[in-house]
Amino acid sequence: MEKEFIITIFSENTVGLLSQITTVFTQRNINIESITASESAIKGIYKHTIMVKNDPEKVANLVKQIEKKVDVLKAFCYSPSEVVLQELALYKVQRSRNVEELVRKHNVRILDIHDDYIVLEKTGHREEIVDLYHMLKPYGIYQFVCSGQIAIIKSKRELLDEYLSYVNEKQKRMMENNQI
Amino acid sequence: MKSSFHTDTTPSPKKELPRISGSEAVMRSFLAEGVETIFGYPGGAIIPVYNALYDYRDKINHILVRHEQCAIHAAQGYARATGRTGVCIVTSGPGATNTVTGLADALLDSTPIVLISGQVASKTLGTDAFQEINFIEITQSVTKWNCQVKRAEDIPAAIAKAFYIASTGRPGPVVIDITKDAQTGFTDFEYNPIKFIRSYQPYADVDNDQIMEAVRLINLSRKPMALIGQGVILGGAEQELKEFLEKSGIPAASTLLGLSALPSDHPQYVGMLGMHGNYGPNIKNRDCDLLIAIGMRFDDRVTGDPSNFGINAKVIHLEIDPAEINKIVYADVPVLGDVKQTLPLITKHISQKDHTEWLNEFKVCYNIEREDIIEPAIARRGPHLRMGEVVDAVSNEFDDAILVTDVGQQQMFASRYFRFKQSRSIITSGGLGTMGFGLPAAIGAKIGSPERDVCLFVGDGGLQMTLQELGTIYQSEVGVKIVLMNNGFLGMVRQWQELFYDKRYSFTELTNPDFELIAKANHIPYRLVEKHEELESAVKEMHQSEGAFLLEVRLQREENVFPMVPAGAPVTDIRLE
Repeated sequence: MEKEFIITIFSENTVGLLSQITTVFTQRNINIESITASESAIKGIYKHTIMVKNDPEKVANLVKQIEKKVDVLKAFCYSPSEVVLQELALYKVQRSRNVEELVRKHNVRILDIHDDYIVLEKTGHREEIVDLYHMLKPYGIYQFVCSGQIAIIKSKRELLDEYLSYVNEKQKRMMENNQI
Repeated sequence: MKSSFHTDTTPSPKKELPRISGSEAVMRSFLAEGVETIFGYPGGAIIPVYNALYDYRDKINHILVRHEQCAIHAAQGYARATGRTGVCIVTSGPGATNTVTGLADALLDSTPIVLISGQVASKTLGTDAFQEINFIEITQSVTKWNCQVKRAEDIPAAIAKAFYIASTGRPGPVVIDITKDAQTGFTDFEYNPIKFIRSYQPYADVDNDQIMEAVRLINLSRKPMALIGQGVILGGAEQELKEFLEKSGIPAASTLLGLSALPSDHPQYVGMLGMHGNYGPNIKNRDCDLLIAIGMRFDDRVTGDPSNFGINAKVIHLEIDPAEINKIVYADVPVLGDVKQTLPLITKHISQKDHTEWLNEFKVCYNIEREDIIEPAIARRGPHLRMGEVVDAVSNEFDDAILVTDVGQQQMFASRYFRFKQSRSIITSGGLGTMGFGLPAAIGAKIGSPERDVCLFVGDGGLQMTLQELGTIYQSEVGVKIVLMNNGFLGMVRQWQELFYDKRYSFTELTNPDFELIAKANHIPYRLVEKHEELESAVKEMHQSEGAFLLEVRLQREENVFPMVPAGAPVTDIRLE
């Protein structure tokens, strides 16, 4: 049964890393629903958030293959209920009284106003963004753009920190034993 | 942009460091890694490295192949015969792309390879310069790791990282793409081997609970079978395997790549798994109550239909690569780690047992197979020579040789009927099934293990895929014994066409050149054998001749490899005819 999963990947910031990751998807013919990448809270480590819809077992194997990439520190897989998800969308629409009413009602930010158009920003869940799109559509949307989904896990533990402290311990042990 | 490795290569200010070219840094890094032999082919974007190599000719043995694909296959043969990392050097563009098949082969068969490819100067990158190709992108899915180096000072650290990654954990091929200006630039040289990368932990910590759970299942099991994979050879765990088997009394079967980890005449060895494996280990799969997979990855040629594989058995999977756990067959007890480390922990705690009755069931199967398949296959029967008979004769004559095969029927006959005494005695393209692999791999194996005989079995199709390497054999005086199994067909495909496509032999028949003339043109001693009664003396002549030899065997044109598990069927559907 296909389900939605959020894969978060922590990696070194190397050239071509993204293509190293995406090649794992292409090889298995798994479509990426959305993807974002940015620096994480830990200096020098990048965090990629990828949404997929697929069978749980296929996704579990996929995550292991991603983690196998040498420059990937760790990859985790979550169901939507385990994370806080947000997405950001920009809409360029024709100015009208109806649009301005929607802006007030739906907690939308105005980023730019011109004589003939207005640029709106909406942050929220995917459904809210899609809903707003459909509401604005009758009044004329000139342009629309949407970021990929980003996620923060609900658990208090940051799993990458655990990995990093494990790795640091290991390195220390190896140095003490003159293995490195 | 950041460079793609994190070791600080800045030299300490106190030391006086030699200032050398990037190309010379490549050579000195090789020496620091203990590299003695490299396989390669020069070209425009790698000339500076070859120029440096000129001064290191007495320290590094360079084998000039005739095609870059063969540089990497030879390096694979070298690596698999010796257990060391195979090294090759090629130029940019076509030189680099020609190695892609070998990289894929090495990735699937877990062979440690470091490939240095030349690249156009960094300022022309991305301009479609002459012989420029985005080799990093191309090799993304056929390497364990790759990186591009654009500055001379980054070369030593990149090479150190490459050797560490290629040879540790589950080994694999690594590419270092070095731009021409990095080769010609200058750097202070200091070599620091790398043994730690925070994003790469090749050896999992041993989980004692899983070890004890494995022990519990083994002690309870009435009909266990061990499945030996190449992981045993790669981990150097042959002795640990023997101790495990001899204490547990468990029958052991081998994958194609696991062959020779256990000597063929070991009393608990019950044969090869898989599509053309032995009858017992396949037919008994359903009776097993426990499968102990030791460094193997449940390739589809081994499992047939995986949903029917070991259907009544629990599975203990000893494996170094976490991504292999539950990939094909669900592991009730996954034991992560190097089998050299994990096997003895299991052996220590299991009870001494013998499974005589269970082993006897395999003997019964073997007797059936011997009568129906083996004896007819190796017997002097019919007007023409046949493959099993030839393999048997060569195996009799060459005691303890390294067997190298190409891909196809001869590969299966050779792996079925060749007898192994010591580990690292089979070199064959298992995962990728690369025709043309055999000849260059045999060259690499012989150069890596000059003290051992290297026997290559190759078909008339496969030989012609990399035929040009006979020139390498002549130039570098490589004493490979080549047994050309000539039946004028692409035999394995023809067999499938016969069995599954109503004998519609679509483009599998070969009209061959005169192999005697080809051997002569390359100054390689040659003999043709067509008759049963000449076979033994011909094989003897090949054995006794100094250096390389090409023995052409004209075979019965149509012959099939049996037993056979039809593709995708349960292994218990194994057919004896």
